[in-house]
Amino acid sequence: MRVTVHLFARLRDLAGRQSFTCDVPAGATVADAWHAVVSCHASLEPFGRSISCAVNDDFARMTVTLDDGDEVAFLPPVSGGSGSCP
Amino acid sequence: MRLPRTAITAEPISAERLAADLEADVRTLGEGCGALCTFVGVVRATHAGRAVRYLEYEAHEPLAARALARIAAEVEAEWPAGRVAIHHRIGRLEIGEASVVIVAAAAHRAEAFGVCRYAIERVKQIVPVWKHEFFTDGDDWVDGSVADPDDPAARARARSLACA
Repeated sequence: MRVTVHLFARLRDLAGRQSFTCDVPAGATVADAWHAVVSCHASLEPFGRSISCAVNDDFARMTVTLDDGDEVAFLPPVSGGSGSCP
Repeated sequence: MRLPRTAITAEPISAERLAADLEADVRTLGEGCGALCTFVGVVRATHAGRAVRYLEYEAHEPLAARALARIAAEVEAEWPAGRVAIHHRIGRLEIGEASVVIVAAAAHRAEAFGVCRYAIERVKQIVPVWKHEFFTDGDDWVDGSVADPDDPAARARARSLACA
């Protein structure tokens, strides 16, 4: 089946593209889609532990199962700022 | 027409208009509005010793808009007589421009300060907005926390900072 992947911010800059389709096996999870992306864009690999993700514009866990035609967004850590002084 | 309580916007944000609209809304709530607390995050001229030329903010807009609405709902749950308005800029911002404006309204100052601090901490935790800094000698993305709106520990951390 085919899903559309969207990359944001630093991830997009590293991959050199924002949105593209990606073929994954039936029953694939968000994590499988991520691994498919990393196999084409090895520079994204270090972000595997720090990204969050969304499916069809809702936050989702990496373990969520995808359907054909889903839109999967991978999001680097948010901008943060130096907030927490004691 | 009143401004929406929460928004992701490419237009300059008026803290004064946002505060006036929120005051009008809260005037008729419970004891009424006795305190407005406004936080304005602005673009700084330096970062870690480097001279900043300008910033670009990027958002996952549907998720970011929903995260702001969620923070406003969390505020109402924690402070039943408090309300918050949050507008976050995206796109290119020059030094000194407001990137985020938060207005907290409540009957009394303690609640207004608490709501305001809680809201900005939650914005930094869960709203998918990214800051791209352009320096005189290069550029860099600023990374912060991993957005997980359902992480109760993060929410508790914001709550404890708000009530410190």
